[in-house]
Amino acid sequence: MATGVLALVTAACSNPGAPAGGSGGPKDSAVVGIAYEPETLSPLLGYGKDGNSKIFDGLLAFDADMKLEPALASKLPQVSADGLTYTYTLRHGVTFSDGVPFTAKDVVFTYRTILDPKTNNASRTELDALASVRAVGDDTVVFTLKYPYAPFAERTVQAIAPEHVAARQDVNTGAFTTRPIGTGPYVLTGWSKGEKLTFKANPAYWDGAPAVKRFTMAIVKDDDVRATRLRAGDLDGAVLPPNLAAGFAHDPAKKTYKATTYDYRTVTLPTHHRVTGDTAVRRALDLAVDRQTMVDKILEGAGKPAYGPVPTGNPWFAEGTERRHDLAGAQKILDEAGWKPGPDGVRVKDGARAAFPLWYLSGDKLRQDHALAYASDAKKAGIDVTTQAGTWEVIEPRMKTDAVLAGGGSPGDPDFDQYPLLKSSLAGDGFNNMAWYDNETVDRALEDGRRTNDPAERRAAYDTVQRELAKNPGYTFLTHIDHLYVVNDRWDGLNTQVEPHDHGLASGPWWNVENWKPKS
Amino acid sequence: MARMTGRRALAALPVLLVVTFAVFAVAAASPFDPVKAYAGTAGLTASQENLDQLRANLGADRPLLARWWEWLTAALTGDLGDSSVMRRPVADVIGERLGWSVLLAATAFLIAIALGTLLGVLAGRRRGGLLDRAVSSAAYTLEAAPAFWLGLLAIWFFALRLGALPAGGLTDTASDTVTAGQVARHLVLPALVLGLTQLPWFFLYVRQGVGDALDEDPVRGARARGLRERTVLTGHALRSGMLPMLTLVGSRVPELITGALLVETVFSWPGIAAATVTAATAVDFPLLAALTVLATAAVLLGNLLSDLLYGLADPRAGFDG
Repeated sequence: MATGVLALVTAACSNPGAPAGGSGGPKDSAVVGIAYEPETLSPLLGYGKDGNSKIFDGLLAFDADMKLEPALASKLPQVSADGLTYTYTLRHGVTFSDGVPFTAKDVVFTYRTILDPKTNNASRTELDALASVRAVGDDTVVFTLKYPYAPFAERTVQAIAPEHVAARQDVNTGAFTTRPIGTGPYVLTGWSKGEKLTFKANPAYWDGAPAVKRFTMAIVKDDDVRATRLRAGDLDGAVLPPNLAAGFAHDPAKKTYKATTYDYRTVTLPTHHRVTGDTAVRRALDLAVDRQTMVDKILEGAGKPAYGPVPTGNPWFAEGTERRHDLAGAQKILDEAGWKPGPDGVRVKDGARAAFPLWYLSGDKLRQDHALAYASDAKKAGIDVTTQAGTWEVIEPRMKTDAVLAGGGSPGDPDFDQYPLLKSSLAGDGFNNMAWYDNETVDRALEDGRRTNDPAERRAAYDTVQRELAKNPGYTFLTHIDHLYVVNDRWDGLNTQVEPHDHGLASGPWWNVENWKPKS
Repeated sequence: MARMTGRRALAALPVLLVVTFAVFAVAAASPFDPVKAYAGTAGLTASQENLDQLRANLGADRPLLARWWEWLTAALTGDLGDSSVMRRPVADVIGERLGWSVLLAATAFLIAIALGTLLGVLAGRRRGGLLDRAVSSAAYTLEAAPAFWLGLLAIWFFALRLGALPAGGLTDTASDTVTAGQVARHLVLPALVLGLTQLPWFFLYVRQGVGDALDEDPVRGARARGLRERTVLTGHALRSGMLPMLTLVGSRVPELITGALLVETVFSWPGIAAATVTAATAVDFPLLAALTVLATAAVLLGNLLSDLLYGLADPRAGFDG
């Protein structure tokens, strides 16, 4: 009876999109464990906006050094002298995985649909500069911008959806959002939400069929469970926190990959709070925090001190804006500004205690550790920081006046992080400019930086931004965090890109799993 | 019998109405924001204008009553709406997952009833015996053990220590085809755990019922007539001793559903109970409402079923009570 029921039910509800049979040998299949699951697989709703989407390609793509290279475009775009027109010539002979040829119509459809307010795409603002897109013949696409926007080419790593499939259904809820069809190196064979995504190689991929024929991404939210499953052999690779990755350091069959990132942790110092809005307090805190100790103790060395969203060592980093740990200097700044120690050791000025609350996301151990270390460093300078845990529902209404331990970071152009974080007109706009930072010089430099394509002018603009941020640090940047991955040493060609804050499906050594080669 | 079924069906309508409205009201009062849940990580960098547009697209800015009424009228025409968290029609989500939940719950229920009855009869025959004392104390312990704790314990022992059974999911991680063999292997642990949490109730009821029945006049009479012990037990004692259990079958359905909620989450079983948890935290009104209606209907049906069974087994009860 039980087998009867089983057979019936199995027949009745097969996994949608699952193919019939066929599993590869161990060398040409890989299973990796990741922590974040994409909300959707439709490029129109935000999937694959930063590339590496496996199923899709963009017009351009980032290589291992985060340099742009042509993908569905046959070469890098031609940019008009005024920086307002980008012309892409498309690659010939590319087909979607259902056999239909890729043309300029698909590009136009993808970008127009994303810009349509009826499309539920939460990242639409990233294409804010785009005024219109049109096809010229089958193999040329012309983008026209509202204003010159230097990093626009980096936005065109956006995955391209097939018009002939996606246009025929509801963009927000159609089957395409869970059963995508693209031009990419892999074809989705199944998505069991909350459990795993499975892919098989696209044999007709325009850049050559991948050697890893079957690829599975298991969604395992818990770090310990991921480590256990990696040890048990259920997974071939996984993203792990430093303490768990250390457990595999002496395993000869596994290799650990360390990805440098733009993933920062920072404390917002709200302009609208009388203590955190005070430039002297901000500068004192900036000197009082011991960033190197945070890196050594909290991150176990897997990271580096941060002085702004741009990581040190990055070509855009303004040399000389590093701040060393200087407690005496911090105390001197506060003394000179009139913040005198009160009876309980906490400084006072004009009847106001140098005290403020600091919120962190409850359950986030990393942010909690950063917040506690920050409060303890601030205490030494005579500033009383009370740490409090809460969910975003609790924190969001308080962001205008209360400090928050925030995280973020998008690789690529210096505009991506600095503009939304520091531009005064974006103060309190969603989660942008959470500190309500307001600095005219910075505002002007941010506009100058994005509106010119001249490298020297851009460099000068972003140098100005970083130097101004050092003079009036409305955020105390603490660390940039490395991401660690442990992978079975069975393939060649593994490396990592510089990674963003959200490191799910598109990050890790499997950012280019299509280029992995089995070791012989 | 038909009259009773009809009357119950009529009475169920207001209950379902109130339940769906309560779901909308509770979800609207919760601090979770459906727009944040929908946008996910992208929502943390989105502009306010973008978020407001999303809110309007999702209809999350409209009053509670209007949303409920719209959902209700659409649902009556067979349109259950679209799930915002799964990004697909609610009917598809339920259709794909209901089978797996039914499979899990039915297997667990069968295990609980079969094992519970068997052990209950054996223990009831010799109350105070070794078997009775061992199983009874185990049953009281199990009754107090939360389902998720049992689930984690089972994973730790069978999957991690012994490596004998898979720790979760419907199929092996590397496989993307659903075969009966793989599902059967993955079903063992969750079904056993869910079954074990239900078992004590059946065991204790049957044990009590059979034990009491064995002391009753009809049994004494049957024994006096010199009938074989087997006939006495199955023909007389069981018949009256099992009556309370029939009630139990119906009243355990809600417990089974909440148990499944925990067990499916612990074992990453892709059923509707796991979807309920996701829908609740994402304030996914259409999915949450449909799933709650389904659960309520299951409970009402369970009650009806046990009353019908009772009427059939004991003509004295009748169908009009």
